[in-house]
Amino acid sequence: MKLLSAFRSSYLNRRGTTFRSLDPSSFDGGFIPKPSPSSIFWLAIHCLCCLISLILGFRFSHLVLFFLFSTSVTNLYTTTAGVSQLLKLKPLEKANVTAKSSRVVVGRHGIRIRPWPHPNPVEVMRAHQLLERVQKEQKSLYGVRSPRAVIAVTPTYVRTFQALHLTGVMHSLMLVPYDVVWIVVEAGGKSNETASFVGKSRLKTIHVGFDQKMPNTWEDRRRVESKMRIQGLRIVREEKLDGIVVFADDSNMHSMELFDEIQNVRWFGALSVGILAHSGNADELSSVLKMNQEGKPIQGPSCDSSGKLVGWHVFNTQPYATKTAVYVDDKAAVMPSKMEWSGFVLNSRLLWKEPVDDRPTWVKDVDNLLDGNEEIEDGPLSMVKDPSMVETLGSCGRNVLLWWLRVEARADSKFPPGWIIKSPLEITVPSKRTPWPDSSSKLPVVTKEAKYNQPATEKRSGKAKRIKEQEQ
Amino acid sequence: MKLRSWVLIFIACNLLTFSTISAFRLSRSQPTERISGSAGDVLDDNPVGRLKVFVYELPSKYNKKILQKDPRCLTHMFAAEIYMQRFLLSSPVRTLNPEEADWFYVPVYTTCDLTPNGLPLPFKSPRMMRSAIQLIASNWPYWNRTEGADHFFVVPHDFGACFHYQEEKAIGRGILPLLQRATLVQTFGQRNHVCLKQGSITVPPYAPPQKMQSHLIPGKTPRSIFVYFRGLFYDVGNDPEGGYYARGARAAVWENFKDNPLFDISTEHPTTYYEDMQRAIFCLCPLGWAPWSPRLVEAVIFGCIPVIIADDIVLPFADAIPWEDIGVFVDEKDVPYLDTILTSIPPEVILRKQRLLANPSMKQAMLFPQPAQPGDAFHQVLNGLARKLPHDRSVYLRPGEKLLNWTAGPVADLKPW
Repeated sequence: MKLLSAFRSSYLNRRGTTFRSLDPSSFDGGFIPKPSPSSIFWLAIHCLCCLISLILGFRFSHLVLFFLFSTSVTNLYTTTAGVSQLLKLKPLEKANVTAKSSRVVVGRHGIRIRPWPHPNPVEVMRAHQLLERVQKEQKSLYGVRSPRAVIAVTPTYVRTFQALHLTGVMHSLMLVPYDVVWIVVEAGGKSNETASFVGKSRLKTIHVGFDQKMPNTWEDRRRVESKMRIQGLRIVREEKLDGIVVFADDSNMHSMELFDEIQNVRWFGALSVGILAHSGNADELSSVLKMNQEGKPIQGPSCDSSGKLVGWHVFNTQPYATKTAVYVDDKAAVMPSKMEWSGFVLNSRLLWKEPVDDRPTWVKDVDNLLDGNEEIEDGPLSMVKDPSMVETLGSCGRNVLLWWLRVEARADSKFPPGWIIKSPLEITVPSKRTPWPDSSSKLPVVTKEAKYNQPATEKRSGKAKRIKEQEQ
Repeated sequence: MKLRSWVLIFIACNLLTFSTISAFRLSRSQPTERISGSAGDVLDDNPVGRLKVFVYELPSKYNKKILQKDPRCLTHMFAAEIYMQRFLLSSPVRTLNPEEADWFYVPVYTTCDLTPNGLPLPFKSPRMMRSAIQLIASNWPYWNRTEGADHFFVVPHDFGACFHYQEEKAIGRGILPLLQRATLVQTFGQRNHVCLKQGSITVPPYAPPQKMQSHLIPGKTPRSIFVYFRGLFYDVGNDPEGGYYARGARAAVWENFKDNPLFDISTEHPTTYYEDMQRAIFCLCPLGWAPWSPRLVEAVIFGCIPVIIADDIVLPFADAIPWEDIGVFVDEKDVPYLDTILTSIPPEVILRKQRLLANPSMKQAMLFPQPAQPGDAFHQVLNGLARKLPHDRSVYLRPGEKLLNWTAGPVADLKPW
């Protein structure tokens, strides 16, 4: 009985989850019922059980008694058992079950809960490492067998939107899971701004300058860009870079699947480019869209039902006939050329000087082009003798893997060099709400920050207080 | 003399090579490993020519009429008994001459009496089985010749031929006395259990093959879920307190891991259940009211490593498939440490298990496709039956010898069906 009362008091002290970690072995060996006052004994147990179930509820009382009598095979507890039924603890006819020493017992079992259920951080890390390893294995099985390097050729020049565009391209290239060589050709010579981007990328980069300055009309710009890309290809030839050449224009948007898909190219591939010919004028756009219902804004290969390349899908410039931009900062929509460079990828071995064994015959010899003797007229398709042999990527152009966009700022827009504001801003206008004194020439920079910090911290502590109250 | 001893040693060494996995075989999509269980490399065996099965022509009230009454029996997880008969009727192992048959099959659908919910009621099954056996014993001499020792029955219900869904009652009834000498093909398997006869063939529960094939996703989708489970943790209707259903193991999984971000477990029924399994590394297959579960089949088909939480369970085709090498076995008492166990498995072991699971013969062995394909579960059952041949001489009874007690069992079972 002493043991019982001790158990009861300790039990009352420790409610909740910690109860479940109660070690049943301390109550092992139970109660050997004395032969003569057994009925009184059982009555006492009965009262005790009633009390426990009154105080702690039916479920706990069951658990208590289960732990008490748990060493031997338990009888099954029927779900509607009153406490009195628990006392009829006859062992189940286990002649069949335990005859062959099975350790599996039929009946009610406790629900095992460990006392500190929170996940172990070391194990979580190990699980993530396992996930990574499995995914790496999956990639090597279902992805590309021997991934080739990606050589991205980007023509660029310094202007307001360069930071916007180059950051996008840089981040895309940094995420590519293969080796990347980034060739940046800059019109107007190498500059510090571009060099800072190129340096930030932590990729293998080749930054060269191009002697011409970027002209102000889209037509001329396209021509200069083509020349810059050829310059990039010249570098590939000189350095004998091995990989897949992608024309990553700085204002385009590339998806990650693009880089996975181009690994499938053998010599010269074409893919679909989504054309975003947006002028920034919403009314104009809606009227254009109404007119342009049938056409899709895509440039790329087009196949018949058997998957053979039969033609090229070109962007329909008809609706924009009167309203295209001529100058770089015009408000009208910018039109792409008939076949944009970015929709084509090629194997860098096509550009090497030494003849490669299995160079296809349907690609022209590019040495003339690269030596500057020829001019490339209408896009990269002129590098190919037989356009029908071009490989199609992205399930024959049905997947659009990159988007073409041309957005530039006004010609007279200025931007801080390197986008760092070196000198303090000259004009400050006090906001209507702050109780500042009239602004003096000495800028209250420090106090402004302090004023901002104060209300924020007050707010934060207020929130913390409220949460604490809620917890309790 | 010396030569003979050397020959004996040589034979002994060969016999000692049990359960070896060998020969890394590269296939185009994923490297897989050969699967050899304790019976050897038998998953690809062809049973045709190795045995002959005679199918009794029972009146249609035992099979066709029952199916007509409730066609749901074709799609629930006990449909194996129906498809087994259809397979055997058109299979090359079938013989119309009972004198040359090695095995006799009795097509009786005992698991087709369904409630409105779709769960089978086993109350009439003992009488139905008994009536079928009486019929074949009186119309053909082959039952009495061996008292059923060369006959096999398909009893896919929860506890096999004990014909009850509640474990205590099933244990109380025991296996139907008339089936004591027959071979049972059942889904239930637990070591040292009354309802698992020695020599039974354990099969997987039926899972619809077309439905699963239609939910396949490309293999390069990265597996980003660590542990996945969908199902009940507490059976509130039958076991409101907990601790009875699944011997408390499912409740323990929930209570310990419901807040663990590595465990994607819930009771919802998502439409993307099959797709999610293909994105998981481990799939839990805990016991329910009975230790077997169709989750094992789904995990194998979708390449998710099964984590089997059921003490002493006997898995399908255990002599042909080395489940220890393929799945992870966790004792019910170790459920609170499931995350420690699973994260401490070395990555090479995980990759090897995935390679074993990717083996197409492994996936085929778990399915019951219609029409039957080589290597599927029907053929594995036949392989199992063929491995039990030739019958031991004791199978055949001397004339006048009787071993079965036709009046044993509860009185209610003796009523005619």
